[in-house]
Amino acid sequence: MKELVETIARALVDHPEHVNVSEEQQRETRVITLSVHKEDMGKVIGKQGKVATAIRSVVYAAASQQHQHVRLEIAD
Amino acid sequence: MKTVTVSGKTIEEAKANALLELSIEEDQLEYELVQVPVKGFLGLFKGKPAIIEAKVKQDPTKEAAAFLTQVLKEMGTKAEIEITEKKKEVLFDIQGEDLGVLIGKRGKTLDSLEYLVNLAANRYSDKYSHITLDAENYRERRREALQQLAARLADKARKTKRKVVLEPMSSRERKIIHAALQNEKDIETASEGKEPHRYVAIFLSKK
Repeated sequence: MKELVETIARALVDHPEHVNVSEEQQRETRVITLSVHKEDMGKVIGKQGKVATAIRSVVYAAASQQHQHVRLEIAD
Repeated sequence: MKTVTVSGKTIEEAKANALLELSIEEDQLEYELVQVPVKGFLGLFKGKPAIIEAKVKQDPTKEAAAFLTQVLKEMGTKAEIEITEKKKEVLFDIQGEDLGVLIGKRGKTLDSLEYLVNLAANRYSDKYSHITLDAENYRERRREALQQLAARLADKARKTKRKVVLEPMSSRERKIIHAALQNEKDIETASEGKEPHRYVAIFLSKK
């Protein structure tokens, strides 16, 4: 899942070298935290969170297929 | 994006050097002239070399296809993309087995993938090209289902003489509903509410 979030984020931002993704297990949930360059925050969130919603729906679909419970957070 | 500055005695030579440095073919080269070359004269004047700033020309469709291929792989699906280009529209048809996960409930995952693919494709490009994603002929099947739904709900509006409200839909799906009922003289349609909860209402025309 980590690689998937990285791939998507890198394709959207102006500073792909500043894309960082970490994973942490919290009980049954795998929490994935994405952080990007300050100037790229808007690019991974979008107007009314449209981009973030799209990333989540793709990541959650992939996770559910592997019977994983995942949550994606975007660090500020 | 990677930009290199290269020089040569002539512009042609500078371009050739840029191709070598970026290891690309001539049709992928995009450059700007920084300095026009000036020839020296009998050693009295020093010549100036041609200097260009060169970079790899981006192909939105190729970028998008590479991006989607990578995403599909990392989602754990075995799928390939068939690309059809016509005029300004590009269709990516995802082919493989068990693509339900890529489509999602009412196409939510497919729409999200499509949105991200378009963002990735147009990141560097100044001319906007739209890419449509499809899998297992979902787009066409959904269109037919929406057209049948529209006809059924128009009948309901006629029978009850009341406004019938559909669930929230994307603009693409609302358009299908509006178009399906366009020729029904006694029926009118309108989109109401705010994105992303905009929905279609079907009602009898006032005469």
